[in-house]
Amino acid sequence: MMNVMRLFGGRAASAPVARERLQILLSHERGRTGAPDLLETLRSEILSVVSKHIDVDPDKVVVRMDRGKFVSMLEVDIEVPNGVQRSKMVAAT
Amino acid sequence: MAKVLVVTSGKGGVGKTTSTAALGAALAQMGQNVVVIDFDVGLRNLDLVMGAERRVVFDLINVVQGVAKLPQALIRDKRLENLWLLPASQTRDKDALTEEGIKSVIADLKTKFDWILCDSPAGIERGATLAMRYADEAIIVTNPEVSSVRDSDRIIGMLDSKTVRAERGERVEKHLLVTRYDAGRAARGEMLSIDDILEILATPLLGIVPESQDVLRASNVGCPVTLNAASSAPARAYTDAVRRLMGEAVEMTVPVQRKGLMDRLLRRRAA
Repeated sequence: MMNVMRLFGGRAASAPVARERLQILLSHERGRTGAPDLLETLRSEILSVVSKHIDVDPDKVVVRMDRGKFVSMLEVDIEVPNGVQRSKMVAAT
Repeated sequence: MAKVLVVTSGKGGVGKTTSTAALGAALAQMGQNVVVIDFDVGLRNLDLVMGAERRVVFDLINVVQGVAKLPQALIRDKRLENLWLLPASQTRDKDALTEEGIKSVIADLKTKFDWILCDSPAGIERGATLAMRYADEAIIVTNPEVSSVRDSDRIIGMLDSKTVRAERGERVEKHLLVTRYDAGRAARGEMLSIDDILEILATPLLGIVPESQDVLRASNVGCPVTLNAASSAPARAYTDAVRRLMGEAVEMTVPVQRKGLMDRLLRRRAA
């Protein structure tokens, strides 16, 4: 009956979409009590490791995230100029 | 010249966030470059209503504190390439938002966008005053209901005293947006009418958004109603409101729901 109604109404029910979106979002937010979440930790540690070796221009770093139900995506694009300066690395040792 | 617009109300739950998303999308649909900023620190929801909640990396506080650059924190809408979101922080550290910080973020955004829409938190505390602080214009979202109208009056007073423009002796242009309006109930005297509200608040009307199931459906799926159901009554109301914001003279009507096939069939049978 619901399907027939939808056929005439021309629209799918939106509540299941709302339910799924909330489940995904809240599962990420609840795990976060106080401490930064895994993706956040990964992001900052990746950047700190990279910046040990090169001078990372914050403007040339693009971080994208997509929090999914089963897996999440963390995308870090770092523009590395050719002829990378290794001065930082020497200074660090 | 970029315009800073605050969407505010005093009272919670009247439709500020829904309206910010719908108006922002409607402006972008007309080709404007738009950024919507969530000022509700600790209780962000504009990301959810816009369907960008899974993609938040940085937020307004990160930018204010210098942890992230502005372009890194801006999230581009997946449907409209000239619509961007600057999310609020989910942490409770409200004090991290400083007046100076907001000032510089807004100054920066003004160089990149035509419209900067600030979605205010409810209440009259710091978050709400910061959201309106640098506004050129304000949209006061009001429901035809006594407590909402009273709180709108309070907010109008604050717009006239606590904004930078007011302190300079200039004017913040104010617009009233009545949402969840039911013309039938108003006609029967069960609900405050538009005339009642306008008489009490003495603020020019920007639009009348009728109560509609399309609004809930849009937030369920995370898509502004002007995109999700462009021909629906609330979407047409928001689009008309945006045309008025852009200076067009649009006749003020209460858009009515066009009946679906099922409604018409049922009505015919009932008649």
